[in-house]
Amino acid sequence: MKIDPIHQFNIEPLFTIGHIGNQTIAFTNSSLYMFLSVAVISLLMIGGMAGRQLVPGRLQSIAEISYEFVASTIRSTAGAEGMKFFPLIFSLFMFICISNLIGIIPYTFTVSSHIIVTAALAFLVFFTVLIYGLYKNGFKFFKIFVPSGVPIYILPLVMFIEILSFFLRPVSHSVRLFANMLAGHIALKVFAGFVAMLGVSLGALGWVGGVLPLALTVALTALELLVAFLQAYVFAILTCIYLNDAIHPGH
Amino acid sequence: MAEKSHGTPAKGTGAHTEADGGHGGGFPPFESSTFASQLVSLVIAFVALYVIVSRFALPRVEGVIDARQNAIEGDLAAAQKFKDESDAALKAYETELATARSRAQAIGSETREKLNAAAEAERKTLEDQLTAKLAAAEKQIAATREAAMSNVRGIAGDAAGAIVQRLTGVLPDKKTVSKAVDASLKG
Repeated sequence: MKIDPIHQFNIEPLFTIGHIGNQTIAFTNSSLYMFLSVAVISLLMIGGMAGRQLVPGRLQSIAEISYEFVASTIRSTAGAEGMKFFPLIFSLFMFICISNLIGIIPYTFTVSSHIIVTAALAFLVFFTVLIYGLYKNGFKFFKIFVPSGVPIYILPLVMFIEILSFFLRPVSHSVRLFANMLAGHIALKVFAGFVAMLGVSLGALGWVGGVLPLALTVALTALELLVAFLQAYVFAILTCIYLNDAIHPGH
Repeated sequence: MAEKSHGTPAKGTGAHTEADGGHGGGFPPFESSTFASQLVSLVIAFVALYVIVSRFALPRVEGVIDARQNAIEGDLAAAQKFKDESDAALKAYETELATARSRAQAIGSETREKLNAAAEAERKTLEDQLTAKLAAAEKQIAATREAAMSNVRGIAGDAAGAIVQRLTGVLPDKKTVSKAVDASLKG
C-alpha cells in the first residue's frame, strides 16, 4: 500500500463557471470549502446572535468571544484607529480559522494549504497597508523605512533592509500560513497512512503495532487544532501590526 | 477543468499533471492552472464574507454587547440607588431610636423626681404632725406634773401644819408653814 500524502491537496473541478481568456474557471472542491467556511461563519455570527440574549447561550458566546478577541487584538496592536479595519481583520481571521478547522475533519479539503489562496490574502493586506498608508499620510508614509535614532552613516543600509523587509512581507505572511497547513496535513496523512500500511503488510501483528502511529495521529490532530487557530491568529495579528505602520508611520 | 495550463506553458508542474491526470506527479499547490479558479472563488467568497461580516454580523454583535453593557450599568446604578435608600432609612431609624431613648430617659427621670418630691412632702407633713403631737403631749405632761407638784405642796403644807399642831399643840401660821415647805422642797 502506498501512502500518498499529496493527494489531499488536489484541486478537483466540480463544474465549469466560465472562461477568462483561455483559462477555464471552474467551481472546484476548494471553492466548495471556501463557500462552506463563509456559510459556517455567517451561521455562527448571524444565527448565533439571532436570540440577542442578554445572557448568551453557547453559540452566542462563541460569536461574542470571537468578536471580542479580534477587537482586543486590534486595539492592543494598532490602537483605537485600527478599529476602522475591524471588518477586514475579522473576516480574515474567521475565514482562515474556520476553513482550517474544517480542514482537520478527515476527507475534507484545507483551503489555506494552497499558496495562491494565502498569497492572495497576504497581498490584500499588503495593498491595503500600502494604499491606506499613502492615502492617509502621503509621503510621510515612507518614514516607516527611516527609523529614527539611526546614525547617518548606516542609514542607507538600514533603509535598504527596511524596504526589502517591507516588500517581503506578503511572502512571509503567505508562506507561513501555507507551509504550516501543508506540513501539518502531510504529517497527519503520513502517520495515519502508517496504521493502514502496517496492518495490510504485517497482518495481526501490524494492526497491533499500528497503535503507535494511531496514537501519534491523535496527538497530531490535537496539535493541528492548535495550529489551525494559531495560524489564523498569527495572520490576523501580523495584519494588525502592518496596518499599524500605515496608521502611525513614525517608528 | 481538464488540467490544461495554457496560461503558463513554461511551468513544469503543469506538464506533469497533464500526464498523469491530477495526482501523483505534480504538487497541487504549485499547479498554476488551478490558480485562476481558486482566485475567482476566493474573491467571490471573501467579498461575500466581508459584506456579511461588516453589514450584518458585527453590527449585530456590537448591538448585543452594548445592550448588555447598558443593562449592567443600569442595574448597578439601580442597586446603588437602593443601597443609598436603605442607608438613609437606617440612618433615620438610628436617629429615631436615639431620640426615643433620650425621651424615655427624660420621662423616667421626671417621674422619679415627681415621686421623690411627693414622698418627701408626705414625710414632712407626717413629721410635722408627729412633732405637733409630741409637743402637745409634752405640754400635757408638764401641766400634769405642775398640777401634781402643786398638790404635793398643798398636801405637804397641810401635813406639816398637822404635825406641828400635834407636837406643839399650836396651829402654826399658814404662811410660815408654806415658806418652810417651799424651802425644804427646794433643799
